[in-house]
Amino acid sequence: MHALDQIIPIMAATIRVAVPLVLAGIAGLFSERSGVVDVGLEGKMLAGAFAAAAIASITGSVWLGLLAAIATSAVLGVLHGFVCITQKGDQVVSGVAVNILISGLTMTLGLAWFAQGGQTPPLPPSARFSEVVLPLSGLIGQVPVLGPFYTQVLGGQNILVYPTFALVPLAWWVLGSTRFGLRIRAVGESPAAVDTAGVSVVRLRYAAVLIAGALCGIAGAYISTAQGAGFVRDMTGGRGFLALAALVLGKWRPWSTLAGCVLFAALDALAIRLQGVIVPGLGAVPVEFVQMLPYVMTIVLLAGFVGRAIPPRASGQPYVKDR
Amino acid sequence: MQPPAGQPPVTAPAVEMRGIDKRFGTVHANRAVDLTVAKGHIHGLIGENGAGKSTLMSILYGFYTADAGDIVIDGRKVAIAESRDAIAAGIEMVHQHFMLVDPMTVLENVILGVEGGALLRRHVPKARADLKRISAEYGLDVDPDAVVGELPVGAQQRVEILKALYRGAEILILDEPTGVLTPQEATDLFRVLAALRAQGKTVILVTHKLREIMAITDRVSVMRAGQMVGHRHTAETSREELGELMIGRKLATRLDKAPAKIGAVALQVRDLSVRDAMGVQRVKDVGFSIRAGEIVGIAGVSGNGQTELMEALAGMRRFEAGSVTIGATTISAGRPAMADELRRLGMAHVPEDRLRTGMVPAFAARESAILGYQDDPAYARGPLLDWPGIERYTLGLMEKYEVKPPIPRLRGSLFSGGNQQKLIMAREMERDPAVLLVGQPTRGVDIGGIDFIHRRLLAMRDRGKAILLVSVELDEILRLSDRILVMFDGRLVGELLPEHADERQLGLLMAGAA
Repeated sequence: MHALDQIIPIMAATIRVAVPLVLAGIAGLFSERSGVVDVGLEGKMLAGAFAAAAIASITGSVWLGLLAAIATSAVLGVLHGFVCITQKGDQVVSGVAVNILISGLTMTLGLAWFAQGGQTPPLPPSARFSEVVLPLSGLIGQVPVLGPFYTQVLGGQNILVYPTFALVPLAWWVLGSTRFGLRIRAVGESPAAVDTAGVSVVRLRYAAVLIAGALCGIAGAYISTAQGAGFVRDMTGGRGFLALAALVLGKWRPWSTLAGCVLFAALDALAIRLQGVIVPGLGAVPVEFVQMLPYVMTIVLLAGFVGRAIPPRASGQPYVKDR
Repeated sequence: MQPPAGQPPVTAPAVEMRGIDKRFGTVHANRAVDLTVAKGHIHGLIGENGAGKSTLMSILYGFYTADAGDIVIDGRKVAIAESRDAIAAGIEMVHQHFMLVDPMTVLENVILGVEGGALLRRHVPKARADLKRISAEYGLDVDPDAVVGELPVGAQQRVEILKALYRGAEILILDEPTGVLTPQEATDLFRVLAALRAQGKTVILVTHKLREIMAITDRVSVMRAGQMVGHRHTAETSREELGELMIGRKLATRLDKAPAKIGAVALQVRDLSVRDAMGVQRVKDVGFSIRAGEIVGIAGVSGNGQTELMEALAGMRRFEAGSVTIGATTISAGRPAMADELRRLGMAHVPEDRLRTGMVPAFAARESAILGYQDDPAYARGPLLDWPGIERYTLGLMEKYEVKPPIPRLRGSLFSGGNQQKLIMAREMERDPAVLLVGQPTRGVDIGGIDFIHRRLLAMRDRGKAILLVSVELDEILRLSDRILVMFDGRLVGELLPEHADERQLGLLMAGAA
């Protein structure tokens, strides 16, 4: 039973860590499948995290915080869209600009509003997303193996976790089975074909960046009001880039992007567990080594194990009609 | 009932464009252009590259908006601001560069923009049935579930036409439709166009090939330098008259070709075999030689190994077996040579895909003009490039080879296809190589440009150079070659002299039937 005692918490942690990655990964997926490269996932999440914590702290309502996060991040998505779609600017530069802007702006606003070194005040449990206790937990919890899995992995998570994992099949269905999805896929490959078919390239791409913004906002709210209890400087800690890596690894497809996110989350959960573990002959495993693994993994996997990752052909290029 | 060709139809014309004007920056692409197309006709629109045909049609299709002018469809004035408006007016266009989404299926491409509803599943079965029916009706054979990017070019074009018909096109514009097709595919296309006319559809065929105009159209309009210069009934005109209208001067119908003064062997190819990136053997035991002072033409339907042969000879692809001797140097699988070494050995190469291999479209002309020779001390000043000198050199090339506009700093992609080609030819020929490899020298080049390029190639041959010409244009092969080799399925299947060859015999060899 000793091994199980180790595995169940790791699985539970994996799910908790995976949520923002999955949200940001699917956000990036919509944006990039429509032809807009989004390296600003990180910044949008951070803005969402700040907005959620600030509003939840002021109003005491975690749901208003979530709404504020979605709105803030969506506005940033539209801003990115304005630069990339309307003004036909460089998409990577715009994304990086969002990241830098938000990193500084959240600190500045935090200092101005809360005067606590850039942090928001710690949130009381009532202003956070708390854990859901699944029905019959007391009963099923008694069952060996299945019990702890039911109460700690399936249950014991907050309410945002469930829609997040439902988002993956939803994204898959939208892309594959709806008119909107068909057009999004087409506009990321060949905007001229979409244009000559009488469909607005601009409108489709704005819709995509808006979706990306909203999802990043949820991811941000999760980080500051579900996982954490308040906003801390740069608290997204590179998750936006990890999500991008999962997206590339998943070849811009929902299910494989999910797999990438879960893989990275598992490594992260493992990293916490491996802290201070003594490997015979080597000594303690430096935690930085394990934290490095997702990135090393991305490079190694992309270098040959998953085959070539071909991005949507028109991604990164503004659509210019006239010569 | 379709009105007989040549008589004015009783109904209003399908298309009337009046006083269309369009500028792109400083380029005046269309000047007060008028065009009337009768319903149920195949109407040809010809002109050299850059004459403004594509611009005019893009305006009709709503891809560009005209600065001035009116469009009247079926007697009703319409405002076409975007493609959606044109589609609503029953106008569809098959673009020169296909507007297809490569990773999607034929069916997905066809329904894009007219899906029928928010959920695909509900409408796809009907779309599939409609597609099947249209396919059968016009003889447009294509698998609805095939991935478009994996289809041959001819089939992709059928998808474009299907897409147009599926949207209920009454007026179909085809922009240079045969540029990418083999002769057989072109014949198939013309059969489809005739079927469309029989069904009362109106077709506008944009081309610069007089032969196509004469073969299939009812009427023809000619453009030159942004203006409409003439309208004719096809039955009452001739290739000569149209050619004159197009280029604004008389066209020499025959190329004076001096007898070849043949010298020593300049390039010797022995048992050459080459595989492509997928490991498929594309060139199989090919052997031939070219002597100084002759043009050897390789005829063949594209995709029979000519591309790989040229790439191997040019140092872009490794040999699997065999050898090539140029001058005193022999190159083989064990002793490969890259393009830079081959250049030093006196070989130059005009690649068949000029935008991908011949030049860098985003570079200025002056950069493309020295590409491949950039390490030559003649272009350097110390460790830096001698830009003023390169610019003078480029300008000289441009004048000598009639590259227009002669602006060395202009981005390569902004030149027309013919002028890009002339610039690349100039770069390679000006180095005075002993052996010149030329692939598809006149693909997408207009009549005036073709004539110029052909004369240049002959002049080079008369100076005692060895030239290997690969072309899918039989006219070109017959016109220029001193010897013709026919390639089929990676092998040389025949050698003929042009004076003894006719198109029929060549066609049979090219199809592997002789």
